[in-house]
Amino acid sequence: MLKRTPYDVVVVGAGVVGAACAYYAARAGLKTAVVDRGPVAGGTTGAGEGNLLVSDKEPGPELDLALLSARLWRELAAEFGERVEYEPKGGLVVATEAAGLDPLHGFAAAQRAAGVEAVPVAADELRTLEPHLAHGLPGGYLYPQDAQVQPALAAAHLLRASGADRHLGEAVTGLLRGPGGAVTGVATARGAIAAPAVVNAAGTWGGELAALAGAHLPVLPRRGFVLVTEPLPRIVRHKVYAADYVADVASGSADLQSSAVVEGTPAGPVLIGASRERVGFDRTLDPRVLHRLAAQAAALFPVLRTVQVQRSYRGFRPYLPDHLPAIGRDARVPGLYHACGHEGAGIGLAPATGLLIGRQLTGADPGFDLAPFRPERFERFEGAEGES
Amino acid sequence: MPTSKSEPTGPAGGRAGPCYDLAVIGAGPAGLAAADTAARFGLRVALVDAGSRLGGQYYRHPAPELGAARPGRLHHGWAVFTRLRARLAASPLVDHLAGHHVWAAEAGGPGDGGRPWRLHATHGPGAADRTTVRARAVLLATGAHERHLPFPGWTLPGVVSAGGAQAVLKSSLVLPGRRIVVAGSGPLLLAVASSLVSAGAEVPAVVEAASYLGYARGLPVLAGNPAKLAEGAAHGAGLLRRGVRLRRGSAVVEAHGTDRVTAVTVARLDSRWRPVPGSGRRIACDALAIGHGLVPQIELAVELGAGTVTGPDGAVALEVDAEQRTSVPGLWAAGETCGVGGADLALAEGVLAAHAVAGRPAPAREAATRRRRRAFAALMAAAHAPGPDWTGWVTDDTEVCRCEEVPAREVRAAVEELGAGDARTVKLLTRAGMGWCQGRMCGPAVARLSGGGAGRPDSRPLSCPVPLAQLAEPRPD
Repeated sequence: MLKRTPYDVVVVGAGVVGAACAYYAARAGLKTAVVDRGPVAGGTTGAGEGNLLVSDKEPGPELDLALLSARLWRELAAEFGERVEYEPKGGLVVATEAAGLDPLHGFAAAQRAAGVEAVPVAADELRTLEPHLAHGLPGGYLYPQDAQVQPALAAAHLLRASGADRHLGEAVTGLLRGPGGAVTGVATARGAIAAPAVVNAAGTWGGELAALAGAHLPVLPRRGFVLVTEPLPRIVRHKVYAADYVADVASGSADLQSSAVVEGTPAGPVLIGASRERVGFDRTLDPRVLHRLAAQAAALFPVLRTVQVQRSYRGFRPYLPDHLPAIGRDARVPGLYHACGHEGAGIGLAPATGLLIGRQLTGADPGFDLAPFRPERFERFEGAEGES
Repeated sequence: MPTSKSEPTGPAGGRAGPCYDLAVIGAGPAGLAAADTAARFGLRVALVDAGSRLGGQYYRHPAPELGAARPGRLHHGWAVFTRLRARLAASPLVDHLAGHHVWAAEAGGPGDGGRPWRLHATHGPGAADRTTVRARAVLLATGAHERHLPFPGWTLPGVVSAGGAQAVLKSSLVLPGRRIVVAGSGPLLLAVASSLVSAGAEVPAVVEAASYLGYARGLPVLAGNPAKLAEGAAHGAGLLRRGVRLRRGSAVVEAHGTDRVTAVTVARLDSRWRPVPGSGRRIACDALAIGHGLVPQIELAVELGAGTVTGPDGAVALEVDAEQRTSVPGLWAAGETCGVGGADLALAEGVLAAHAVAGRPAPAREAATRRRRRAFAALMAAAHAPGPDWTGWVTDDTEVCRCEEVPAREVRAAVEELGAGDARTVKLLTRAGMGWCQGRMCGPAVARLSGGGAGRPDSRPLSCPVPLAQLAEPRPD
């Protein structure tokens, strides 16, 4: 095999999480390589909407991660700004019926206690914030910390700014192992890339990469469709979604669940997403999914009924059974780190993930409790549940 | 055959229509031949087409209101078309769903007892202007669209696509200019030039990028296709007689003008299609008709996971067996969707597919035509394949994606600086290919500038725009 310059760390995956890991590793002074079988943003990142949300998360470790990330994104925006189409537009969560208001109040109160800004919006103020919102909605909450980036641009610019060596279009075929089974690099179709640390940021394929090291990590795909309208003047100002979205994210049900997250983009099209289904990597279109997305968007913004849906795209979110990502050193395999399984929140959670991985790699104190994200936490579940 | 025939039970508005034996998508030569043959075997057929009149691009003809005295004057094989049209109109088994854009196809279940196929179509802007066509089998005969290779000035008014110029001429009897340079590559150029000259235009030059040396390698194939040779020779001779000059191994590398094209620069190309420095010559004109051949339109089948093959010209077509079956059970394809090869081939494949759908043995005559014409099509595709270095004439300022106004500079930056290695990533990073035409116009150019080939086309859950209100309505079934 070819000998190549030894690196301090090899990141597998050129999606937004891998790019963020490379960015913070490089900032910590590590010589970094990024390997991906495809181009930058070729997987879930390229199919994402670019949600940087705190509004949809209940108090707990993921919200803490999201709050850290929201701060980091603001810092990154100062560096990348318009190039990644960062927009601190805020989220507006609305109840679709009066009975939905109470759970929303309770949810927001708990979030505020955890550090989230959540501003109640009365029924008669909704249309001041969103003039095209349907009449008669009972109220909602404004989340000023919610923001937006264009995910492919975010990944590409983070990766470029990292200065890491890019090995794109180069599939990882195996892991190099040293004494005691330690991971010492990756093998690819073009040769070996040696490094004392390997970061698994392979998204939906994270489970397979872990398996190359003999480590169990049950990453599963959760399919989503997004509808994209024709370019429109700015008729949707925030990220607007119905309150039932919150229940969907935490849901363990395998049935179709969707709620319309509606938002404008700098380029003009309105994005409507996203559905959530557990159907493996099945790519078959089910028009009922598109119907639900369209119907919910039209219910929130009746003006959208008159526009054309120009295209639709699908993606597969990488999720773990407890809906938390795997972040950090793998206690079972020396040299192996994980940064995957972020489900639909990878764009938002990428900077915090990268920062914490960078700190672990350099032996610094993460300054954050990584225990809930321990990669080996699924060992005891093995074979216990059908889905995992 | 008109839609009205099936109106009582027809697939209109929100109601579920009848279940057809075969749904044919596209009413060009392949679709017409298939629908006609299938109906003659007693199959109930839905002929679903985006156009308002039968015929597709090939048999495009003026609306009756224009009162054209001889609508077939600009056409080869017009008699074949009028015969098919008459038979289809008389058939009680064929419903023509005109103006129907199919935005998605849902595959049916296996066997006669399985779930039928469902084609979701839009036929107007209103919430009710939608149809779900149910059928036991589907034939994809959606034809092809033109391949465009950008060059400086190609967005100027007066620069039109070669196929577009011919389409406008066929449907509206209007010429794009008075002095028209025809350029690009492929057999369509001679046919277009012929049509334009017949309609009274002056054509100072036909500029063909290929050297035609490619044809010399396929003499046996040429000998097997005398009709094709005669057709080409007839166009060529007619053009020569009218003083039209054919420049081979050359390309229009720039169009000049401010409000409208006033001249073009034609340069010689080397074998890799790199312009030869110093060879540029200016030709005055008031229009440029340009085309680089056709690319199969196969989004619906790609979305269903159908197998594809890449032709000698880099165009991706559907993979079919000898009876036009795709790799998706219940889905057939015929004509240009299986590789661009012209109307005679499409007619033969339509007939073959209908036989297979009806469970009849393949007819020998059409099978032989198919073999011969497929060999010729492969030869043609190889001869006119864009050379690898054609991007040499694309300056950084050249707009590559017209819908989103993305210049070549941005595409190159995405590749060189941001790590995009294919057309999809370039699209995500630059928006090239995200506009109205969804990359049909700029796809091949973006792919080449990204350093990749055409590759497998992007999958598209929606193959065309759909009014949101139609998606939002509850489904009838």
